[in-house]
Amino acid sequence: MTPRTPGADLPEHPDRLWSAAEPKASYDVVIVGAGGHGLATAYYLAKNHGITNVAVLERGWLAGGNMARNTTIIRSNYLWDESAGIYEHALKLWEDLEEELDYPLLFSQRGVLNLAHSLQDVRDSKRRVEANKLNGVDAEWLDPKQVKEVCPIVDISPDVRYPVLGATFQPRAGIAKHDHVAWGFARAAAALGVEFIEHCEVTGLRVTGGRVTGVDTPRGTIAAGRVALCAAGHTSVVAATAGIGLPLQSHPLQALVSELLEPVHPTVVMSNAVHVYVSQAHKGELVMGAGIDAANSYRQRGAFHIIERQMAAALELFPVFARAHVLRTWGGVVDVSPDASPIVGLAPVEGLYLNCGWGTGGFKATPGVGWCFAHTIAHGEPHPLNAPFSLDRFVTGALVDEHGAAAVAH
Amino acid sequence: MMLLIPCPWCGPRDEAEFHYGGQAHVAYPENPAALSDEEWARYLFFRDNPKGAFAERWSHSAGCRRWFNALRDTATNEIHAVYRVGEPRPVTS
Repeated sequence: MTPRTPGADLPEHPDRLWSAAEPKASYDVVIVGAGGHGLATAYYLAKNHGITNVAVLERGWLAGGNMARNTTIIRSNYLWDESAGIYEHALKLWEDLEEELDYPLLFSQRGVLNLAHSLQDVRDSKRRVEANKLNGVDAEWLDPKQVKEVCPIVDISPDVRYPVLGATFQPRAGIAKHDHVAWGFARAAAALGVEFIEHCEVTGLRVTGGRVTGVDTPRGTIAAGRVALCAAGHTSVVAATAGIGLPLQSHPLQALVSELLEPVHPTVVMSNAVHVYVSQAHKGELVMGAGIDAANSYRQRGAFHIIERQMAAALELFPVFARAHVLRTWGGVVDVSPDASPIVGLAPVEGLYLNCGWGTGGFKATPGVGWCFAHTIAHGEPHPLNAPFSLDRFVTGALVDEHGAAAVAH
Repeated sequence: MMLLIPCPWCGPRDEAEFHYGGQAHVAYPENPAALSDEEWARYLFFRDNPKGAFAERWSHSAGCRRWFNALRDTATNEIHAVYRVGEPRPVTS
């Protein structure tokens, strides 16, 4: 009997959404990091600015870092005008993104509840609702009964450690399928001429006379007119090769999913006080995120006690979850800035552009930051929406302090 | 996974007994009034973030409640040394 060739009876490989490229000697723009932000930036560079001689370099595989590890929550209900500007721009782009990319993203505007558990939470939340409304961001204050109407499985009884005193609700918020978002942007950018080079770690930035000239990789030096960093938790490591220090600390951020369940959870629920955020993916898993591990680390895993506390919090809010099982947990490395806001703009080296400091909340901004960062790279100056997120705000003191106030899960 | 942290006074204990204090050996400016805005920013907001050996502070908050320093590799989480506040950062190979 002739041995059968492995795979001979399988259907043909479907068309690839993009082709793996060999690095060329030089590009107009090199983007470091093929996560959501790098891919969106590449797409809008090509689409909005006609810059197509672009390579996106990735040390692992495309969208295999934090883009594969986040909890996919999309919302724009931040307190400050600066944040509302960029996140609401992103949300508006999300609303048309499937059509724009001609690709299914499973974008589902199922709303987000940000729970309030103390009198101070209630005051902060109501203030944020009013701030959101002034910025054209949809927002409502819900009392506990209304919370229960939106999400029937939330326990609103008063005799728990952190009773639900109400919540803010942003109906236009939701979730999307993170892999599809990455693939959609990659496919659309590739069609416009952008190249993706995976397994090509940037080990050094080349700087001559205060200007960036290219990047070193294990596959040789690649010359670049401009270099844009979208390296998330590893931004400090890349920037340090050019002698640039950044106000970032890299921490593990963990999340987990349950096994597949019948639809039980119709929206997204976040709680800062008990520190968990939960949605149910289209396929049926409950997706839960935790806070960061306290200690700096570049390990893509965190401590078990963080997961334990996160599950305790989830159980208190959702007693029905007691019968669910954890399927898997994982971690990503996030770059946290001192004011819990990102750094998007110019660098101390000419031709180098920074997009970092998104900490625990970068996914929701993907199309918005891609749009603004592409503008920043194309024009050599920040887009108005990312101008407030400059590196020099730490010198001027014009911080965008989103700790807690905007329900940032830190 | 949980770190097993060797407190210099109490011996090895679970990470859950400790609080983290960030980068060690960051001295308060000797003459604060003389600092420029750039220097203040650097003191307040900029900390090292290496992928590798990192000298950092820990407090054994659920034990002896004392602060100490550790030299830990942030790429592997291996703790190379712990030492008392005021002692210099150990030299490791």
